[in-house]
Amino acid sequence: MEEKFDAAIVGAGPAGISAACILAERGVKVIVLERGEYPGSKNMFGGVLYGRSLERIIPDFAQKNCPIERNIVESRLSYLSEESSISLTYRDQAFFEKLQNNAFTVGRAKFDRWFADQARARGALLVCSTVVTDLLRDGAGRVVGVKTDRADGDLRARVVLLADGVNSPLAAKTGFRPEVKPGNVALAVKELIGLPEEVIDERFGVSAGNGVTNEILGNVTLGMNGVAFLYTNRRSVSLGIGANLSDFARERVRPYEMIERLKLHPAISPLIKGGKPLEYLAHWLPEGGFATVPRLFGDGFLIAGDSAMLFNALHREGSNLAMASGRLAAETILEAMGKNDFSSRTLQSYGQRMEESFVLKDLKKYRRFPSFLETHRELFTNLPRGASAAIREILTVDETPKKTRRRAAFEAIRGRMTSLRLLRLIWDAWRSVR
Amino acid sequence: MHFAVCIKQVPDTAEVKIDPETNTLVRAGVESMANPYDITALEEALRLKEKYGAKVTVLSMGPPQADSVLRQALSMGADDAVLLSDRAFAGADTLATSYTLSKAIETLGRVEPVDLVLCGKQAIDGDTAQTGPGIAARLALTQFTYVIEVQWIDLHKRRLQVRRKVEGGFEVILGPLPALLSVELELATPRRASLPMLINSFRAPVTVWNAETIGASAALVGIKGSPTWVKAIASPQVHRAGPRWDAAQGVRPAVTAALDTLFSDEDFAAGFLKGWKV
Repeated sequence: MEEKFDAAIVGAGPAGISAACILAERGVKVIVLERGEYPGSKNMFGGVLYGRSLERIIPDFAQKNCPIERNIVESRLSYLSEESSISLTYRDQAFFEKLQNNAFTVGRAKFDRWFADQARARGALLVCSTVVTDLLRDGAGRVVGVKTDRADGDLRARVVLLADGVNSPLAAKTGFRPEVKPGNVALAVKELIGLPEEVIDERFGVSAGNGVTNEILGNVTLGMNGVAFLYTNRRSVSLGIGANLSDFARERVRPYEMIERLKLHPAISPLIKGGKPLEYLAHWLPEGGFATVPRLFGDGFLIAGDSAMLFNALHREGSNLAMASGRLAAETILEAMGKNDFSSRTLQSYGQRMEESFVLKDLKKYRRFPSFLETHRELFTNLPRGASAAIREILTVDETPKKTRRRAAFEAIRGRMTSLRLLRLIWDAWRSVR
Repeated sequence: MHFAVCIKQVPDTAEVKIDPETNTLVRAGVESMANPYDITALEEALRLKEKYGAKVTVLSMGPPQADSVLRQALSMGADDAVLLSDRAFAGADTLATSYTLSKAIETLGRVEPVDLVLCGKQAIDGDTAQTGPGIAARLALTQFTYVIEVQWIDLHKRRLQVRRKVEGGFEVILGPLPALLSVELELATPRRASLPMLINSFRAPVTVWNAETIGASAALVGIKGSPTWVKAIASPQVHRAGPRWDAAQGVRPAVTAALDTLFSDEDFAAGFLKGWKV
């Protein structure tokens, strides 16, 4: 077709829409192509968004009917063995007021549509139910648009932003990013469990639209490298669990069995008791870290969000990296429009912007974290059991002298792993997050 | 030729639930969509347009948001779109709706006479199948209902022949234009919009007409013009499949097992024995 856009964005998720909002606001002729029936229909994530990242795109999001489920005021980290749970809880008054919406839960089906509406209100064109099948290139190999699965589906654009997510068929087809290896993605499943608002308030000790996140580690992933989570929404909780895809393949564990087992855990079952299963979702998470981030730009194109494998596995952040990368991509596109040059010479400033931002700084800092988890399986096997047995020893009161108890507690851990291994674990853990 | 296609925006009935307390439809959070029968009618109109040459105007009566179904029609290839939107139209039954639509079709006809009106046989929310025939009666159009094939249109003799579904078979009938078709889903599979058409449909203008534009009498539209009302709504009983016994290993053991199960119910056994005595 004859019509040419300034920017074509593939994917109407947090990365693509962030870029679309900024570009459309500046009068750039932008089109967003989404393969789902509506934005959010194909998406799933844990459920937490970060207000300071969203504010950079929509400053007054809370006043604009952003479909916030609950403002997170308390974060829990739990380490579960088969029968016990060690937890660390942090609740702070600041999260109620000063730092309100620092983190908040959303449902993607609602949030993505709301977010896309903000982009449309700024003048972006959103086309759904349309799959981008390939990139259009000129004779010199520069990207000059996209091919879609619709009739007369070629669309010309001065620049293309690839924000089509971790499971990108386009990546495989065009090679802009190496196809993901099973070891570099986690397969996560999530169940949305409906409960009355008052019941959630009572069980989690919150009220008035505030909520809790709970990250869960330990034996729950049946020895596989993975995590689980429980997040509160307004009238439901999201219970999810994921593990490295190659671990799933090796262990032949079925994800739904793993989540069913988690639901029966004594620390989890009282929190979801009486709940009605509303939805069951599954998705990949790009958890390969810094080593798997591809080159972020080329002649006529940029990559943002999960497509670029931007995910902080340690802090469980992804949506904010997507939004920030989308914003930085948009700023780069504005710069390129000013210069009227969309070659990699100009677009490379996206790479610089990313390196100067928290996005790549964080991923670089934690670049050893993925292999740390990979090489310390005891985190998911013997350590939770040992830690639990040790604490049980200390808390059992039966007139045994404390000295004996404490020795038994050390033995509970040492019986499961050598002192050397334990030291190694602590050393590697420190190095991976240093 | 000029074709008018009537399209209704309906709730996605796959998602509609009935509140067991109040017996009313739970509409909150339910997606809207174009009535699939109407989209089939549009597809047929577009195919006839490609074959015989025509202008296709789509009409919808509804709130301002109903323009999304008209944009869908434009993306498929409709030439013009008119949204009939007026607070006075709200709460209409099929009598008032067919009046409003017929006044709009009359209004269209003043600029360019309408030769053929197409609509779905029914809407998936109301299931009445009355609006199409209502329009035909009001505008004195030849009425072809339950159409499964438009065999031909003769432009010179101004007549057409269609195949329509009747109980136990089909009927081929011939009649003069102007006419109205109410169509079945098997008539045509709707096309997928091309990318340029889809893009343009978001920018194309949708004309909005109110009661005054179409010269409709205030007493005959909307709730005022609707003598019928919904007295009650009830969920149908869910019939679950009964138990089955596999007779592959022989009829006798299957029947024995079935009878054992039946008689293990004490109420059934008691009733059965009582019946014997009488």
